[in-house]
Amino acid sequence: MHQLTLAEIARGLADKKFSSEELTKTLLARIAALDPKVNSFISLTEELALSQAKAADARRANGENGALLGAPIAHKDLFCTQGIRTSCGSKMLDNFKAPYDATVVSRLAAAGAVTLGKTNMDEFAMGSANESSYYGAVKNPWNLEHVPGGSSGGSAAAVAARFLPAATATDTGGSIRQPAAFTNLTGLKPTYGRVSRWGMIAYASSLDQGGPLARTAEDCAILLQGMAGFDKQDSTSIDEPVPDYSASLNTSLKGLRIGVPKEYFSAGLDPRIAELVHNSIKELEKLGAVIKEISLPNNQHAIPAYYVIAPAEASSNLSRFDGVRFGYRCENPKDLTDLYKRSRGEGFGAEVQRRIMVGAYALSAGYYDAYYLKAQKIRRLIKNDFMAAFEEVDVILGPTTPNPAWKIGAKTGDPIAEYLEDLYTITANLAGLPGLSMPAGFVDGLPVGVQLLAPYFQEGRLLNVAHQYQLNTDWHTRTPTGF
Amino acid sequence: MQWEVVIGLEIHTQLATQSKIFSGSATTFGSEPNTQASLVDLGMPGVLPVLNEEAVRMAVMFGLAIDAEIGQHNVFARKNYFYPDLPKGYQISQMELPIVGKGYLDIPLEDGTIKRVGVTRAHLEEDAGKSLHEEFPGATGIDLNRAGTPLLEIVSEPDMRSAKEAVAYVKTIHALVRYLGICDGNMAEGSLRCDCNVSIRPKGQVEFGTRCEIKNVNSFRFIEKAINTEVRRQIELIEDGGKVIQQTRLYDPNKDETRAMRSKEEANDYRYFPDPDLLPVVIEDSFLNEVRATLPELPQQKRERFQAQFGLSVYDASVLASSREQANYFEKVLSIAGDAKLAANWVMVELGSLLNKQGLEIDEAPVSAEQLGGMLLRIKDNTISGKIAKTVFEAMAAGEGSADEIIEKRGLKQVTDSGAISAVLDEMLAANAEQVEQYRAADEAKRGKMFGFFVGQAMKASKGKANPQQVNELLKSKLEG
Amino acid sequence: MALERSDVEKIAHLASLGLNDADLPQTTAALNRILGLVDQMQAVNTDGIEPLAHPLEASQRLRADVVTERNHREAYQSIAPAVENGLYLVPKVID
Repeated sequence: MHQLTLAEIARGLADKKFSSEELTKTLLARIAALDPKVNSFISLTEELALSQAKAADARRANGENGALLGAPIAHKDLFCTQGIRTSCGSKMLDNFKAPYDATVVSRLAAAGAVTLGKTNMDEFAMGSANESSYYGAVKNPWNLEHVPGGSSGGSAAAVAARFLPAATATDTGGSIRQPAAFTNLTGLKPTYGRVSRWGMIAYASSLDQGGPLARTAEDCAILLQGMAGFDKQDSTSIDEPVPDYSASLNTSLKGLRIGVPKEYFSAGLDPRIAELVHNSIKELEKLGAVIKEISLPNNQHAIPAYYVIAPAEASSNLSRFDGVRFGYRCENPKDLTDLYKRSRGEGFGAEVQRRIMVGAYALSAGYYDAYYLKAQKIRRLIKNDFMAAFEEVDVILGPTTPNPAWKIGAKTGDPIAEYLEDLYTITANLAGLPGLSMPAGFVDGLPVGVQLLAPYFQEGRLLNVAHQYQLNTDWHTRTPTGF
Repeated sequence: MQWEVVIGLEIHTQLATQSKIFSGSATTFGSEPNTQASLVDLGMPGVLPVLNEEAVRMAVMFGLAIDAEIGQHNVFARKNYFYPDLPKGYQISQMELPIVGKGYLDIPLEDGTIKRVGVTRAHLEEDAGKSLHEEFPGATGIDLNRAGTPLLEIVSEPDMRSAKEAVAYVKTIHALVRYLGICDGNMAEGSLRCDCNVSIRPKGQVEFGTRCEIKNVNSFRFIEKAINTEVRRQIELIEDGGKVIQQTRLYDPNKDETRAMRSKEEANDYRYFPDPDLLPVVIEDSFLNEVRATLPELPQQKRERFQAQFGLSVYDASVLASSREQANYFEKVLSIAGDAKLAANWVMVELGSLLNKQGLEIDEAPVSAEQLGGMLLRIKDNTISGKIAKTVFEAMAAGEGSADEIIEKRGLKQVTDSGAISAVLDEMLAANAEQVEQYRAADEAKRGKMFGFFVGQAMKASKGKANPQQVNELLKSKLEG
Repeated sequence: MALERSDVEKIAHLASLGLNDADLPQTTAALNRILGLVDQMQAVNTDGIEPLAHPLEASQRLRADVVTERNHREAYQSIAPAVENGLYLVPKVID
């Protein structure tokens, strides 16, 4: 039963082949047995899951239907869940039982999804390896000595290990797409503003976006359908109708113009990954797509700009963690300054502190123009590159990551080495564009992803291309040994 | 050394919205602590702000009222600093692109002149919570009910040259925001708070001296005292060979002194940047026009109209126009009585002192505008004298009815029959024969004062009811004759 | 321009982060490496380019001025480290 996709589960539940309660119990037992090897969950919510499963079964018995009704999922542990610990992978929020539900959480609950638990993540979503979690590193089910990617490493590893068919995640610089690539999943970062950020604990507000992680594009369409939509509580949420994502999956790719940026194939890219990307291009050509070389001349400037903008926003977003109203508070503060400095110094891990300091520095008097404003200007150059490219092509294709998943600990202590791995993913966040990563083969037994980018609000097009690709390839069906 | 004082003011006005600027919490004053603090106000992880339309409308109203350029593309920025009454560790404010740009206010001074004071800008921001230091030993309690209340911070140019001018400016702002209905103006509750930037320079010097900011001065009287105290401190400091250091200070009204704030000792680096949770606010022309159409007649316009239309002095006109209620009252009285000078005097002097004595606002006046107008008519048609009118006014204030009813009931009608007045005068003069002799013997210079004695006696004899003008005329001819 | 230890102390103070003295050299080195990466931006010509704060360049939506919140003090304070009489407590603050 644990091999079923969301689409298959919906059919099975509709056909009464099994109940949501049975499925939930099976998956919870599987997590209990196998997750100690993977460490993909921070909290399990068995009681909630079983009551939601029973309620979903009752709704189905009443004739209700729905792709997510009774479907087991998990939430990245930065989506607030009322009365349930929402830790953000940090000691700072280890004791934080959120007093409300994130919009994503309440929407999915209303659609009948069953929450099995809260998944592990890099602390405050800052990382690309899921090694910075207060709850320990997450292991890649494809090779337990390797990282699953980050920051949504727990969601990715849990889905890859067949603990559940899909999970929510967030992507600030690649945190959905990169773990998807590292664990052989399909992951979609929607257009900025497509999914509400209400209740999603912020890392970098102008870049953060929630989205689905699943095995197939078809499942991503189902989960995204439940997550997306206007939310009046989020000023950056876009009031545009949400299309039926599943309906667009079967459109033919004949004549689809795919742009391949020449800058993507520079020295930093593992040649074996380059080859797999070219194979996927050939596959899509067979399906009728037209390939075009394009140029994104400012692509290389994205990393430095990102590592100013994201830390700047983070330094301010994380100021609310001060030990006064919620979260960690140091023992016996001797005065107010001591309360702040020790609560934050003890509550935040090293990488979070580094990014807060980089951000505070970039915004400080005398450096604002040289760092923050400069980065915002580069941000526009990057967006302009994409706008020009999308005049000529319908989607842009390239590698999701320059390398496959590295060994746990291999980049510890060298933040830069990890930052450089975000090369292909962060431009979509800077420009606010939707991006998807899909399985495209293996290198040394480790999965490799191909990234697709599309114009604003063209999530449907990305899912369509990925689905057509998945109808004609079987990479996404491969299961890691032992799971 | 002759010193010139330079003052610029930052006035924080709490906007009179129902809900907070970025959340749906109530803004009611004086509720139980933290019962009006929502997830957003508490800065809980994951929460987001959404801007209150009414706060924008009120800020625009103010901008239009001071003839300012409206920031039709204005941006919210984060001002980052740590303080326990600031839940998010940053205040959402406006920095580079405020909603209200450069404007000005004409302020009436006590000497009857008008001074134009520049307003640099006015921007929207959220208020902080309150720190309560007294309640717990060794600890401070934090109440976040006020956190997120919309503020319009009005920043003036350093155009004021005395504490009195500063007070006149604050009073003008106070009147204006109440006219516009955008702030209740309740300074005791902190609805309108003032930071005073004070510096001194030798008279004639162009460059400004180093300024000190006196934070949170919350009454007209304290503004004047705080500034004067600070000016004295700076003069003494410099004349003793010291130097003014730029700092934030607090005014202590009990000791009548200012002292440096410890919490502001280190120079802050606020790291302003555009708030990524909020988008630029775009104000369309249609919105501007809509707001412009709802603007009431403003104090300045009203004052100018009172001067032009009724021939009032700047001072009288500005006092009467200082609140909408007062102006309405005056105009009502005037519409009945038809004599602007008379109406102005009665509203400002007699009604003013009555209200003052009883601690009432004009909309609680025990004498209605209709009553007062009716009484003034009786003065004009000589039914009663100005002196008797005071008696009538007191009776109206005591709830005895209209002027006519009181005059009738108490028999206060003025005597204008010259025969009757003449008889009263003859009787009075006969009773004061000695004084009459003295008067007639005295020279012109002394007679003035003595004449007053006879008038007084005559009025007394007529129980105040004799027409004073007639008394004067008849008395003169009788004494001279 | 490389950060000195004292710069890092200043930044940490600005960010209210209590750093261990022992970690300072390592933190300083890491920050300098990050700033070295970030400084690559300076080579990019951005003359005449407007900064982009928000990807979609939309404008702010306004909320009607209506009270929608009720009192949840008990629930919200149940997760607070220190409260008394409905107030959040912090060590004595001196103005």
